Amino acid sequence: MELSRLPGFLLRRVLKSIVVVLAIVVCNFFLIHAAPGDPATVMAGQSGAADPAYMEQLRRQFGLDQPLTTQLWIYLKGVLQLDLGYSHRQQAGVAGLIADRLPATLLLTGAAFLIAIAGGVAMGALAARRVGTWADSVITVVALAFYATPLFWVGLMLVLLFSVTLEWLPGFGMSDPGLNATGLALALDVAKHLVLPAVTLGLFYLAVYARLTRATMLEVADQDFVKTARAKGVPEGRVLRAHILRNALLPVITFAGIQAGQLVGGSILVETVFAWPGIGRLAFEALLARDYGVLMGVFFVTSVVVVVFNLLTDLLYALVDPRVEVA
Amino acid sequence: MSLTRRNLLAGAASAPVLMSASHALAQGIQPKRGGVLNVILNPEPPVLQIGVNNQTPTLIQGTKITQGLLKFSPTLDPLPELAKSWTVSPDGLEYVFRLQENVKWHDGRPFTADDVIYSVMTFNREIAPRLRGVLSGIAEATAPDPHTVRFVLKQAFQPFLLCFDATALPIVAKHIYDGNDIRSNPFNAKPVGTGPFKFVEWQRGNFVRMERNENYWKPGQPYLDGILWRVIPDAQSRRVALTGGQVQMATATDIEPFDVPALRQAPNLNVTTKGWEYFSPMFWYEPNHRIKPFDDKRVRQAMSMALDRNFIVNRLWFGLGKAATGPVASTTRFYDASAKVAPFDVAKARALLDEAGVRANAQGIRGSFKHLIPPYGEIWTRMGEYFRQAMRQIGFEVTLESTDAGTWGSRVANWDFETTSNVLYQFGDPTLGVERSYVSSNIQKILFTNTSGYSNPKVDELFNRARVSGGEADRRAAFSEVQKTLVEDMPLLWVVEVNYPTITDKKLHNAVQLGTGDHASYDDVFLA
Repeated sequence: MELSRLPGFLLRRVLKSIVVVLAIVVCNFFLIHAAPGDPATVMAGQSGAADPAYMEQLRRQFGLDQPLTTQLWIYLKGVLQLDLGYSHRQQAGVAGLIADRLPATLLLTGAAFLIAIAGGVAMGALAARRVGTWADSVITVVALAFYATPLFWVGLMLVLLFSVTLEWLPGFGMSDPGLNATGLALALDVAKHLVLPAVTLGLFYLAVYARLTRATMLEVADQDFVKTARAKGVPEGRVLRAHILRNALLPVITFAGIQAGQLVGGSILVETVFAWPGIGRLAFEALLARDYGVLMGVFFVTSVVVVVFNLLTDLLYALVDPRVEVA
Repeated sequence: MSLTRRNLLAGAASAPVLMSASHALAQGIQPKRGGVLNVILNPEPPVLQIGVNNQTPTLIQGTKITQGLLKFSPTLDPLPELAKSWTVSPDGLEYVFRLQENVKWHDGRPFTADDVIYSVMTFNREIAPRLRGVLSGIAEATAPDPHTVRFVLKQAFQPFLLCFDATALPIVAKHIYDGNDIRSNPFNAKPVGTGPFKFVEWQRGNFVRMERNENYWKPGQPYLDGILWRVIPDAQSRRVALTGGQVQMATATDIEPFDVPALRQAPNLNVTTKGWEYFSPMFWYEPNHRIKPFDDKRVRQAMSMALDRNFIVNRLWFGLGKAATGPVASTTRFYDASAKVAPFDVAKARALLDEAGVRANAQGIRGSFKHLIPPYGEIWTRMGEYFRQAMRQIGFEVTLESTDAGTWGSRVANWDFETTSNVLYQFGDPTLGVERSYVSSNIQKILFTNTSGYSNPKVDELFNRARVSGGEADRRAAFSEVQKTLVEDMPLLWVVEVNYPTITDKKLHNAVQLGTGDHASYDDVFLA
């Protein structure tokens, strides 16, 4: 990689990214407002009573009495000043609502990400090394099972086994508020609560990485430079790590880049099954309640993260494979 | 037990007797102090202050913090809460409440008549859509002394006392709300009340924590150290949390009806369907009268005859309710048992459709229409599927439409549906909770108005007579007549008087004692 070309590359990409994110904001705005109903209707529906004055009060308060283009302009102006607006439904700033939920989501998706990458690459490498043996068969079958099973079902089964039957791990929530724990005790409590949802969320990606690693390693293993390395007398372990695995990692990185982009989005299913107070649920509930501000805020944050991770992935390619250049 | 003026006047005297007759004491279990109650909170409310938001979960948790002047027994007799006694003048125009004297808000300020007047005349009049009309009928609200409130009505309004439950007219602190915009007040997320429990912490998406109010106005109460409200969005996870003992209580729609039979068998749980008498939720199928052939009452009668209400109660609701006999729930005042919908009879229904000129073609099909399913849980979908089956029996092909809450609300509000279903609370008196769905003056493009578009001048006249009449006998006559007319006209197909289950751990006592069930302050609830 020529370092001199890096600043120009970064500048161009950042400018492009800003345009992309703004386009996403505008598209989201119109998409969300195209859905029938508005937050006032939903609130009336949930309260079991309404009259004209009530509906008018709510709509005025939510700013829904303004023309749509005015609403968009107000929102865009806010976003450009990094102000994500206010949720009238929840009577709280959107940035604050998202910031409250972000740590929980990052913890869950981050842990799942690590489980998936570490477990998946290790399983894939093992399978590739022992290709055709029983170990390979077991890993392939298990990976396929993880890949094909719906997440919520895996989650429920894990809860039934580990928290209902064995009573080893808590089945819902992020901590036990009844403990009133702080410091290390709280961290331990959260870790205990994290195991089941992180494993549930990680299993699918673990399967993907395992299959991906195995396939590409087998492909690379047949290539001439590997034969050369072996002919030179390089020990088998080093051939595997330095020659095969490193070259097989590119597709894994591509996929990890995509997954990393989704980290902030959280997982609605896993967060719902495990009552994990993350951002996926925030977005889903906002969608159902037509809480426009929160929904657009979550979309904005996630689109920014996706764009950033795409950029990081491109840079990482160049790092892993010197033949790839930034341009 | 009916509510006459005489026992209204005597309310203050008889009430303490009723109050002490709590279930646990009757069973000889002494209240025990201590312990934290874990309850499911679902769906998570957007704000915690009753009045500002009136979703069921908001009301259930909010009643532990915010109180009303009165509370109601299962037979809907008023009992003292923040008002220790009250009198009603013989002409039904003047209501005088004597308030409890040693009550303090959670922030330490004293509770006085000013708070009551502010809550009724400003707070609730501004934000309570259901009672706006009632409250604007108050001509005068005065405080002769700091612990007495006097309301004078423009004209007698017999169900007036029923409006003073915490869920309908919450009493809030004037010093918190006065002069600020009510809906955007930051205290809506950290309410200050007079109740037995104080708000401590709300981690959105996770839990709400309340602790014992040490300065509660009833000495020695509450018994619980606190209440933890756990947000658990998945129905199966809620069930697991309940059977596993991580929570000791589930309310309202937390548990799907089809899961209830299994929980009735669980050794650690109690299931009760009591405690919905004040609300009396009524489930109905709603045809849009603007669409043919639903404008013909014979068609609506035939549709009603095609519904096997006992099957619905037993097989779809698993016993969580009663077959509806008419527009007024049997737990509501002025229910007339003699006004009954025609029994389940498919052959008669078919004959009635023939008579109405809605005839079957060669394939036996009389017509087809759509059914919009409300998106509030599995039971609604099953009710939709049952409706399709039942209508097929009499020759109608029904297409089910699924939606989300926003779409359902806006389509029903805009009359953009052919048939749908709905549940409405009746609030103890037909004037408060039944009238709104039938009078033609309430045909509006708004949810929970007369969205079916039904109109009958006779019904309008009778509901109005019952509303403005101060006399119980006259109201009873008007309501009996209206029930007979409605059963004949069948504007809506009433199916089930729903009684949602309150499922509690056997260690928990007194969870359901009032006509408002778990919508109570819980100052006498304990774990033992």
